[in-house]
Amino acid sequence: MRPAGSIRQRLVLTLLVVAAVLSGLLYLSVRTVADAAVETTQDSILGAATVAIAEELRGGDDGLSVDIPYAAFSMLGATGEDRVFYRILIGEQTVTGYDDLPVPDQAPSGLTPYFYSTAYQDAQVRVGAVTRTVLVDGSQVIVQVLVAQTRTTQDAISRQMANRAAALGLGFFAIAAVLSLLTARSVLQPLQGLAEAMGRRGPQDLRPFERSVPLELTPLTGALNGFIARLRGALSRTETFITEAAHHVRTPLATVRAQAEIALRQTDDDATRATLGRVIRAVDDSARSAGQLLDHATVVYRTDQRSDEVLALGPLITDVAAAFHTTADMRDITIKVDVPHDTIALRFDRLLLESALRNLIDNAIKYSFEDGSIAIALKAEAGQAIITVKDRGRGLGDDSGQRLAGRFQRGANVEDVIGSGLGLTIVRDVARAVGGSFTIRNREGGGTCAILILPLG
Amino acid sequence: MRFLLVEDNHDLGGAVQTRLSLDGHGVDWARSLEEAEDHLATATYDLILLDIMLPDGDGRDFLAAHRRAKRDTPVIVMTARSAVSDRVALLDTGADDYVTKPFDFAELEARVRAVLRRRGGAAQTDVAYADLTFDPLAASVTVGGEARELRNRELRLFEILVAAPDRIFSKGQLCDRLFSAAEAVSDNAIEVYVGRLRKKLEGSQARIETVRGVGYRLTAP
Repeated sequence: MRPAGSIRQRLVLTLLVVAAVLSGLLYLSVRTVADAAVETTQDSILGAATVAIAEELRGGDDGLSVDIPYAAFSMLGATGEDRVFYRILIGEQTVTGYDDLPVPDQAPSGLTPYFYSTAYQDAQVRVGAVTRTVLVDGSQVIVQVLVAQTRTTQDAISRQMANRAAALGLGFFAIAAVLSLLTARSVLQPLQGLAEAMGRRGPQDLRPFERSVPLELTPLTGALNGFIARLRGALSRTETFITEAAHHVRTPLATVRAQAEIALRQTDDDATRATLGRVIRAVDDSARSAGQLLDHATVVYRTDQRSDEVLALGPLITDVAAAFHTTADMRDITIKVDVPHDTIALRFDRLLLESALRNLIDNAIKYSFEDGSIAIALKAEAGQAIITVKDRGRGLGDDSGQRLAGRFQRGANVEDVIGSGLGLTIVRDVARAVGGSFTIRNREGGGTCAILILPLG
Repeated sequence: MRFLLVEDNHDLGGAVQTRLSLDGHGVDWARSLEEAEDHLATATYDLILLDIMLPDGDGRDFLAAHRRAKRDTPVIVMTARSAVSDRVALLDTGADDYVTKPFDFAELEARVRAVLRRRGGAAQTDVAYADLTFDPLAASVTVGGEARELRNRELRLFEILVAAPDRIFSKGQLCDRLFSAAEAVSDNAIEVYVGRLRKKLEGSQARIETVRGVGYRLTAP
């Protein structure tokens, strides 16, 4: 299943977009404030110079005179490479200075300077303008004084400020990016912790999840615990059911069988004995089918619910074989077990492996002839444990081992032997569960050879 | 032999008791663990046949207590489950063997004998008849002091015959005790084993006699 996006990605992306917008705003506001500050500084100097010149205007009978104060320009000159222009005019008439210096679009009122920006002599200039009423030839004339200065220094300062603002914005963004990654991690930490805690659990671990989690995760852990509880209930019901079913099926069958044996013991009539024999065989058949069905159910259920432990294969095989000695003795069948002295160990579910071995040995005994012998061997080879069970019984006939391992498949040559057709299915399922393989084939010279291969380690 | 049968199911308990009695065994039947304790307090048994699910407790707990009390009466558990792990757990708890319900009485008897042989129970004393001796503990047979190798089924046939010399056993009776009831064997199959046993006992004063139309008996002049 493909994941539907990533919370971390979404979170980080959102935080980065926010950080970018904020960085941009920061840059713009720093620039605006800086530009305004630079302009205000220039304006105040320009204003002072303009006012200083205006104050030197002298009216008289022979016209207007002005003594341009040096201090006014030195004030301006202090700001660097910039050029300074001035123009004094009455109405449209330039009295002195640069007569093409543009006039303001509105007349300044008195000695309060009016500032404006304009292009002049291929450069951007800032102009300060004031007016002053002077008495010339007995009449009052309005004299306008303009002082302009190029903006080279100011622009340089502005650019520098802009660069710093940009650096500030980028720095802010970088810090925000790191913080957003950290935030995403810390926000997702509990989720990750939950996932890891669940992932570390063994398949048997069906305890509720009890570590404390953030408020927002409680619905998730609540749902998880509910699910675990249901699973636990279902599993324990399955186990109980299997045990109970076995008990309830087998006890009445045991009664029928015992009664039939009593009757068998009490009669010498051949026909009756034959009938009772058939009854007993039918009982065994039912008991066996029920047992195998429940075994198969157990195997299927255990495959998902394995409780693995380290199993020493040699002793385990010897144990399982020992359980069959009396059954084999009854028919004068010898079981030979050949396991190496060295320990061959495998991590797997004991019950599953024993089910497989039991079915293999049970089959070998069932299909052996009287006085036969069964050879069980274990060896380790190339990282695999190889368990072979060989008999000299009737063999598989023309059937393939593959078909016989299918559910409820029985050989064409075994009608007289009780069986459910589930034994080899169980062996195959167990082999699959451990990642091994199972094959059964006719043995040269008669009988069958079953090979169970289990990967070690 | 004397058995204590601990089984709460009325039908099954009755049937097992009857069937074992037919083989000449004495069977006391307890329907609960409490009754079993009462029986054990007043009588000695060769073997206890124990069910697991009982109304007043788990047979395994009874078994564990039985062993803790150092009582060494052999116990064969009758279980409704077939998992091998159960067997290992039962044997660890102190059971001598187990049978899975439904069980075959010939097999039960074989298991009982195997257990008693292993345990060297009090009921197992050497049997001698004519120049034959039979040691049930070692499962060894001698003819005039010379050991003879008998296979399992021959041994069981010999055991039945030597336990009651001169008594005539029908083919059916012998079949019931030698073969699992589920095995499709005709009564004539017994002739094969009688033949083999005769061969193994060659040179003995005792012989297995065919009583025409009735059965066989072990007899000596």
